[in-house]
Amino acid sequence: MIHSLFIINPSGDVFMEKHWKSVISRSVCDYFFDHQRKASSPEDIPPVIATPHHYLISVYRSSMFFVAVCTTEVAPLFVVEFLHRVVDTFEDYFSECTESIIKEHYVVVYELLDEMLDNGFPLATESNILKELIKPPNILRTIANTVTGKSNVSSTLPSGQLSNIPWRRTGVKYTNNEAYFDMIEEVDAIIDKSGSTVCAEIQGYIDCCIKLSGMPDLSLSFVNPRLFDDVSFHPCVRFKRWESERVLSFIPPDGNFRLMSYHIGSQSIVAIPVYVRHSLCLRESGSGGRLDITLGPKQTLGRTIENVVLEIPMPKSVLNCGLVTNQGKYTFDPVSKLLVWEVGRIDVTKLPNIRGTVTNCHFSALYF
Amino acid sequence: MYAPGVNSSTTLSSSSSYNNDRPPSAEAVEVATDPASGGFFNSDYKKHDDLKQMLDSNKDNLKLEAMKRIIGMVAKGREASDLFPAVVKNVVSKNIEVKKLVYVYLVRYAEEQQDLALLSISTFQRALKDPNQLIRASALRVLSSIRVTMIVPIVMLAIKDAAADMSPYVRKTAAHAIPKLYSLDQDQKEELIQVLEKLLYDKTTLVVGSAVMAFEEVCPERIDLIHKNFRKLCSLLVDVDEWGQVVIINMLTRYARSQFTDPNLQDVDEDEESKRPFYEDENEVDEEQQEKRAPTLDPDHRLLLRSAKPLLQSRNAAVVLSVAQLYHHTAPRSEVHQVAKAMIRLLRSHREVQDIVLTSIAATATRRKVMFEPFLKSFFVRSSDATHIKLLKLEILTSLATESSVGIILRELQTYVAAHDPPFVAAAIQAIGRCASNIKEVTDTCLNGLVSLLSNKDQAVVAESVVVIKKLLQTQPSAHREIIIQMAKLVDSVTVPQARASILWLLGEYSERVPKIAPDVLRKMAKTFTSEEDIVKLQVMTLAVKLCLTNPKQTKLLCQYVLQLAKYDQNYDLRDRARFLRHIIFPADAESGGPTRLSKQAKKIFLAPKPAPVPESHFKDREQFQLGSLSHYINTKANGYQELPPFPLEAPDPKARDVETEPQVMEQAPLFTAKKVSSKKDSKFYSDTESPDESEEDENSSDEDDDDDEEEEDSSSDKDEEEDDNEDEESSGLEEKLPKKVVKSNAKPKSDEEEEEDESDEDDSSSESVSDSDSEDESSEPSSVPKKQTRNAKPAKESTPVVKPKSNLDLLLDLDDVSPAFTPIMTPSLGGFLTPMSTPSSQVKTQLFPDIQPASAVISPNTTSELLNKINSSGLEIKYRFTRSPHLYSPSMASAELTFHNHGPDELTDIRVGEKPTSGGVSIHDFAPIPSLSPGSSLMGTIGVDFADSTQPVNFEIKIGSDRTYPVALKVPVGEVIRAVTMSEELFLKQQGGLRGMNENTAKLSLTKPCSDLKSLTNKILTVANLGVIPNSDSSTLRFAAQTLSSKSTVLVSLLSSDNQNLTITVNCEKMVIGSMLITQLKACLAD
Repeated sequence: MIHSLFIINPSGDVFMEKHWKSVISRSVCDYFFDHQRKASSPEDIPPVIATPHHYLISVYRSSMFFVAVCTTEVAPLFVVEFLHRVVDTFEDYFSECTESIIKEHYVVVYELLDEMLDNGFPLATESNILKELIKPPNILRTIANTVTGKSNVSSTLPSGQLSNIPWRRTGVKYTNNEAYFDMIEEVDAIIDKSGSTVCAEIQGYIDCCIKLSGMPDLSLSFVNPRLFDDVSFHPCVRFKRWESERVLSFIPPDGNFRLMSYHIGSQSIVAIPVYVRHSLCLRESGSGGRLDITLGPKQTLGRTIENVVLEIPMPKSVLNCGLVTNQGKYTFDPVSKLLVWEVGRIDVTKLPNIRGTVTNCHFSALYF
Repeated sequence: MYAPGVNSSTTLSSSSSYNNDRPPSAEAVEVATDPASGGFFNSDYKKHDDLKQMLDSNKDNLKLEAMKRIIGMVAKGREASDLFPAVVKNVVSKNIEVKKLVYVYLVRYAEEQQDLALLSISTFQRALKDPNQLIRASALRVLSSIRVTMIVPIVMLAIKDAAADMSPYVRKTAAHAIPKLYSLDQDQKEELIQVLEKLLYDKTTLVVGSAVMAFEEVCPERIDLIHKNFRKLCSLLVDVDEWGQVVIINMLTRYARSQFTDPNLQDVDEDEESKRPFYEDENEVDEEQQEKRAPTLDPDHRLLLRSAKPLLQSRNAAVVLSVAQLYHHTAPRSEVHQVAKAMIRLLRSHREVQDIVLTSIAATATRRKVMFEPFLKSFFVRSSDATHIKLLKLEILTSLATESSVGIILRELQTYVAAHDPPFVAAAIQAIGRCASNIKEVTDTCLNGLVSLLSNKDQAVVAESVVVIKKLLQTQPSAHREIIIQMAKLVDSVTVPQARASILWLLGEYSERVPKIAPDVLRKMAKTFTSEEDIVKLQVMTLAVKLCLTNPKQTKLLCQYVLQLAKYDQNYDLRDRARFLRHIIFPADAESGGPTRLSKQAKKIFLAPKPAPVPESHFKDREQFQLGSLSHYINTKANGYQELPPFPLEAPDPKARDVETEPQVMEQAPLFTAKKVSSKKDSKFYSDTESPDESEEDENSSDEDDDDDEEEEDSSSDKDEEEDDNEDEESSGLEEKLPKKVVKSNAKPKSDEEEEEDESDEDDSSSESVSDSDSEDESSEPSSVPKKQTRNAKPAKESTPVVKPKSNLDLLLDLDDVSPAFTPIMTPSLGGFLTPMSTPSSQVKTQLFPDIQPASAVISPNTTSELLNKINSSGLEIKYRFTRSPHLYSPSMASAELTFHNHGPDELTDIRVGEKPTSGGVSIHDFAPIPSLSPGSSLMGTIGVDFADSTQPVNFEIKIGSDRTYPVALKVPVGEVIRAVTMSEELFLKQQGGLRGMNENTAKLSLTKPCSDLKSLTNKILTVANLGVIPNSDSSTLRFAAQTLSSKSTVLVSLLSSDNQNLTITVNCEKMVIGSMLITQLKACLAD
């Protein structure tokens, strides 16, 4: 299974390595660097690279590469999914996962990696269990540990590991018992030039923050569960209850987790809350192009639309933008060529608009 | 770069940390910047010296500091092996964090310092015997990770011990250790397989995943080890951890390929299927087909597919894909498409996941178009996709294109051509070409579109179009003169060599259609020959030769000129080609003079009709590999790849999978077809289903979901009749079976289906395991059970009054059919715990075994213990005594008699139970609150406690009045968590036979004073534990039986004496903890 893990920063330094079997020299990463050089963006590096003796399976998260080295046949998705779980765990522990944070907490990171894999096979990946084994760092504990000489490592075996509900730690106690549910929906749509929708689909998530004592057993029912025809669950959800009654019945893990995610496919009709009317011409007369974009609400069912942000990836030839907005402010990053317009709330009476000129390098090059 | 000053500052700071503790974060930053691996040898040495000093100190925090820094070095890949002796000493450290870090270090460097590593072994050997399972497990983990060949025998021994350990966690670690030892010493294989076999038999979800992983690494070829575990693995699958699921499913796919016959043998062939319109009457067709096919599918094969299906809803993409590949490789063709939707869902995941899933889809789509056709739009490219994702999507889109969908696809492709991503644009144009040549109807449209692209501003687009048009023209050599002319004109403008070469080749091939233009182009090319790319030069020569053959008058000289130029080219390929061509075309140059035989045939050689290239998917040839495997992804055989065997023509004996001691409550084909209908009904009216029924995970459900409501309404009315019939049938059968079956009386179910089964050797001990699981489930939260039950029953009442009275029984029946007896542990997700279905069985539990009768306790112990001390509670004293009578509230509760005595001067009011435990299945039924207790008086009360088969003290609170609360702990001796039962002697022996191995505890004991009659010991034993006496014939043996209160696991105790002094006590119990505790207690009581 997974033989070694290398964590590589954007500038190509291997700043952490961990081996679960015998040691593999980090020179194996050279194959990875070769591919990195060839790829135009880090996104384009293939997730699986076959070298003469090893297979490198990598994921790219928070601008770091996590490169797992395998020597034998293994389901690539297994490794990819595991690496993502590793990053998720880091994020869970340190609230974000960056190079400097990993370097700062290398001991915790190392211990985590040691617990998560044994001989290359996942051992404990549930955050509730890991948190009982290795306490996540926080300022208070860091100070307390320094004073008392205690450590972050728990000396007892997390009983969850042994119970039939491995995702929940036992002996949870809260004075205020509370449970929060976030419903997040993402609409993905492809809209053609004329403004008609080519395809649109919804990806939704239910994220929970559960702070309940003991061993709570919750059920969550929906007004119209028929909408969910394609769902995936956290292991705590009972498949059978869902199949028979369309009720989510579960004993939740303690803390934050994603209860379920659902997908409403392109077959269904999806209402898109906003429309964008644009006129964009990059190669007009003189020094550059013209851009004029208006936003408006659409199928909102009477609700206001807030926190609207518009991101436009511009072509590489665009040098700069000189735009005027009637609402919100815009930024243009000349390196990533990303135009971001933070619109805020859409007011139906005065539709947000952005217009101005775009400087194009083709033409400016001509003038030199 | 680093001045020595920096180094000295490091030393300084280390020494300062030597004197005094600095916050670890500051230390971490310092280590991050310290130049330990820098070139300054001296200071480097010094620095390590410093670390050594810290390790040698006797302060834990200094050691910890040092270890943290060393681990930091290891993490950064720096050499730290010279610290080995200093570190390894600390393996005995009491501080658990130091210890842990030392372990990490040890595992990393032991291989390099074998001799020194041996010093630590004895520590681990000691830890292997530790009473704490965490310590045992981690000792085994580290011990087996030390790759030193010298310790192989020690590790072997440790693994063997751990494999029989009581704690499943330790057994899991043992499973992990097996591949480690195997990679260290391959000679141990046989012995390891024996251990592995034992672990594969384990029924704990925690262990099986790791055991199968070890199996895959050590002996994937020993498929015979799986036979007996196959059904158990299927039924446990849902509750194994995600990673174990992936491994198990992959292994079972291989197993299925070797043990079951091809489900598609008598099936319509692929072409026919792809021709079948997808939406039309799908249900009917499916039904028919399934009806037809169901009998041909081995029940075990069906079981596997059915147990894997719910996992399509896993959050883990790897699990979903492994189920998909299981279906792809082993399911009947009509069922495979069910996995499509789940695979599409994965496309919303991370980029890497998308990439791998798309690769799998691309390979599948070449063979199973129909499967992904409804999801065509999901493969439309988004501008935010990474390039390789875009390319894969294009690949899939073109594979999926059919006459009906090609219109939409082409419109999309047209948009893609305007994108800003050159490789993607090129691929889009190629995709248009592929669509054009695959689907004849659109060839002309595509060609026109491509030609219009020739006037595109973008060079790359033009070039790619030229190449594609070239291929297309080849497939249709009919008159496309204008296109060729237009392309000839492009020679002046196009600079991309590939495109130029294509144009030249086209001109040469079809020169007779453009007789005037071709020679002119050749003239131009001859002029620029020297500055062209090699690939173009080659085509110029080809063009020259072809023209020279068709039109020698105009071009012979030109041709000679070109060949002459090529003769002196730098590239040897070109020179070779030139020489070769010259000898065919101009043999006059050779000495012979006349035309040679070759030159006579020159026309036939160069102007032969050439077959058109067939554009194919790159993914066509991947079928040989298992979908989703590494080999499949890279399209070459990876190390250690296990080939999927072809289906056998004749299935190996299915009896191999029969497990003797387990009851085979199994599905039969006829049962299936019947159930299919009912499951249909269930998923339709899920609002009024009577039960969560596993059969819903049947193949139909997902089809149903796709349908829209109207359709359902229609079909449901049709089905009503069918349903009713079915219901009747089922119910009539039911009524007969009921008394036995519901209770699982286990006296061989006489139903038709089951009689047909060839394996009917169910015996009592095994069916008991079924009941165990049920009661365990239910016991975990009995309080919520009644509520659920009513909720379930209500809708049933409203909609189908006829069925109502039987609803619960239905449940049970389905349970019987569906989850065979192997779910002895816990199945939270499949229904476990308090899912309604397990409820009814609990009520009838006591009748479970007609032969096992609950017996009343012979002796009620008089020993009382103190629950609440009068001093602590200002006067109230509570004592408790276990009465050994069943508690009224629930049979799984032990009742304890409480005696309240008020020693205080004041009257106590409102004595009641406060906060109660809620975790771990433990529950308490309160004693009736005592309104008042006057000074000096006593009162009795009864409390019921479900200990969930553990002997942990139960903590709760006693409240007095409004403000006084006292935490108390109710301790229970192991003898009280069981209840006496009686059974016949044979049954006892039979049960005992089923509880061997780890479930058996034996102890030897010699009595202080010899006793003549063993029976005299009976009373002693009965005082300690609530056991029922089994009548027996032999005077040298004593037998007792009991059941645990919560899970109704059988507890069997037997005493054997060879003479009057020496005794052997044997306790057999499925709950190993109870067994071992009981034996200790019995020993203690008999000893004094």
